[in-house]
Amino acid sequence: MTDDKKTRGIQSPPIAMDAKMKEIMTGYYIEAKTAADSGKQVAWITSGGPVEPLIAMDIIPVYPENHGAMIGASKMGGALCEQAEAMGYSGDLCSYARSDIASSVTNGGPIGGLPRPDMLVACNNICGTVMKWYEVLARYFDVPLFIFDTPMCHTDYHEESKRYVKQQVLEYVAFLEQVTGKKLDYDRMDHVGKLSLEGQRYWQAVLDTAASRPSPLTAFDGFYHLALIVTLRGTQVAVDYYRDLLAEMKDRVAKGIGAVPNEHYRLLWDNLPIWYRLKWLSNKFAAHDAALVADTYNTAWCRSLRYIEDGNFLDSMAEGYTRMYLNIGVDQMADTIIEMAEKYSVDGLVMHSNRSCKPYSFGQYDIQRMVRERLGIPCLLIESHMVDERSFSEAQTETRIDAFMELIRNRA
Amino acid sequence: MNELDHFLEAADQPERYGAGIKAGGTPVLGYLCSYAPEEIIHAAGVHPLRLFGTLESTLHADSHLQAYCCSLARGVLETALDGTLEFLDGAVFPHTCDTIQRLSDIWRLNTPFDFFADVVHPVRLDAGFAREYLEDTLQRFKRELEAWSGSKIDDAALARSIETFNTARKRLDDLYRMRSRDPGCISGSRVSSIVKASMILNRDELPGRLSRLLEEIESGRYRTGATDDRKRLLVAGSLCDHPDFYSMVENLGGVVVWDDLCTGSRAFDGFIDPSGDPVKAIARRYFERRPCPSKHLSNTARAEALASMAEEHGVQGIIFFLLKFCDPHAFDYPYLKEYLEAKNIPVTLIEVEDSLPPEGQLTTRLETFIYTL
Repeated sequence: MTDDKKTRGIQSPPIAMDAKMKEIMTGYYIEAKTAADSGKQVAWITSGGPVEPLIAMDIIPVYPENHGAMIGASKMGGALCEQAEAMGYSGDLCSYARSDIASSVTNGGPIGGLPRPDMLVACNNICGTVMKWYEVLARYFDVPLFIFDTPMCHTDYHEESKRYVKQQVLEYVAFLEQVTGKKLDYDRMDHVGKLSLEGQRYWQAVLDTAASRPSPLTAFDGFYHLALIVTLRGTQVAVDYYRDLLAEMKDRVAKGIGAVPNEHYRLLWDNLPIWYRLKWLSNKFAAHDAALVADTYNTAWCRSLRYIEDGNFLDSMAEGYTRMYLNIGVDQMADTIIEMAEKYSVDGLVMHSNRSCKPYSFGQYDIQRMVRERLGIPCLLIESHMVDERSFSEAQTETRIDAFMELIRNRA
Repeated sequence: MNELDHFLEAADQPERYGAGIKAGGTPVLGYLCSYAPEEIIHAAGVHPLRLFGTLESTLHADSHLQAYCCSLARGVLETALDGTLEFLDGAVFPHTCDTIQRLSDIWRLNTPFDFFADVVHPVRLDAGFAREYLEDTLQRFKRELEAWSGSKIDDAALARSIETFNTARKRLDDLYRMRSRDPGCISGSRVSSIVKASMILNRDELPGRLSRLLEEIESGRYRTGATDDRKRLLVAGSLCDHPDFYSMVENLGGVVVWDDLCTGSRAFDGFIDPSGDPVKAIARRYFERRPCPSKHLSNTARAEALASMAEEHGVQGIIFFLLKFCDPHAFDYPYLKEYLEAKNIPVTLIEVEDSLPPEGQLTTRLETFIYTL
């Protein structure tokens, strides 16, 4: 990628809020890692887990999945995954889980491991893997584990599921009260619920700006700016951040600044990012004048907004958390993708067939077919493990991307 | 024809047997795992047929499932798409692992069968209210079956089903115990085929057939002639549809005396209380039987259960027989190994893609393991 044609247009003005994100995340991890000194408790929680009650109870939430993303982005996943394999974990298992389990034991990775948890919260609305992974953690750290079981909504959200999940919301609060020895302040909970919704609305609004031509941000930018809606959902910090980020995006739209300056083609990304190849992929597509303007991953943290009632967060979050993007049938996932493809006017679909995430990846062939039939746009499949760089074939991926972009160019 | 042959024949050709049932006028519903509520299906006058898939080429399934999907899901989907299961009226998908969950969607969207149901079991077995949830879920399934079949499933029919399944499960348990006491009474490959056939054969006839089979075994006609100095082993994993594996173990001086398999003792573990509300009683069994790793009873339940099975049956070593890409089992393995070895129970791991590993490799591994016990 040295000739001008391939690198032209890659340099677009950086997003000013990038620096702010770095500052907030650094502060967040320092606070989490010094929790013991400040007398606060730490909970490890899954990315789709109900974090708001933790915030309302002053428990610091820590996300092994966000940590996994950092490990991947630092290209330290392969070595950690290898350590997990030496511990007996199959190389076919989720690479977040493998790298996190290894890091728990060795304190390896870019930040020297996560702070020791006082409790664990695993919500299976994203996969069954998190339950098995957190069982491993619960045995290793010998701390209480709460499993928040959200029955899969293949076609519907049934009455009995609703009752079951609501019972668990109450049990979850009781669990937290027992572990902390404190009572939940329901007024505070309401406030945190409001902030969570507000943050999610801003985040959705940020992603919505990508409907403009040219798009002020790409999915790759989203993967970076996503960190707060995952880790600090329910805090004023996240609300302020996304409000400011939205202002910046609107300003870029007004000025016609595109994330990919020569944006000719618009693409939709499916599945988790390939964390150790973000920049490479971003440049690769930009060199083809293609912007990944939308994706199913960034939006997963605001998709449930429609089910959550203003002023009734704790009660309605049961439905919101159960009807997460991955906890629905393949046909509903296809509908979501098709809806997004239309909303963001995309020319093609790029699917990451992620060996680390079976619930996200099995069904992709069917979704591809539905997308082709209903929209007639080309689809590309790239296979990898999201944070295990040993699994990635650069030459093969490059050839496929080139062929895919050729197909798109020929259609235009 | 003796009883054993009925079992061996059904185990050898499940689809042919299922098609025969259908031709006789009984609707047939397929299922993939031991969490399918067979009693309710049976009480509806429908035949529950466990699906085992194919180990042959999976050309059709490959266009729906990536290469990193387990051979069970792939093989079963193949038989649904290539016409092997043409006689089927439909299928039931209980909630277990991520792969089966997605297979359920893919099946629903791509197969032509008349009936389809997801039975979304709770993952948590540690909460009282999860039982209510499962009862409600089973009631929903019962209503869906009734709507499809056009007739009510009354409590009397459910009670008869419960009786049938309790008796059959008790007989399978008797068979396992008989063999644990006297491993030479019948070969391991035949036992594995008998359990497999119990998920295929006409359930009304099953208790009687099993009784007669037990008598045949007791008469000594299936005695293997092997001596009792063989090393006593337990096989743990999801499913093992490889009768040859048991023969191989026996030829190498070992004998499988018990298992923790979904196509083995997990399928017949647990008893349904025949008194009281039948759906509640069916639900309760799922909380009392030994769990599959995709369920959560406690962080240590499976390890403790394996250790106690090993103790009860004088097991000298445990073979983990795991399907490649089976996440729930793969996550448990390092811990189970550590826990069991600390209790002086040696373990070994055999990972199976679709067919068994090459014979030389497998033999060496098993031989070394058995020799060191």
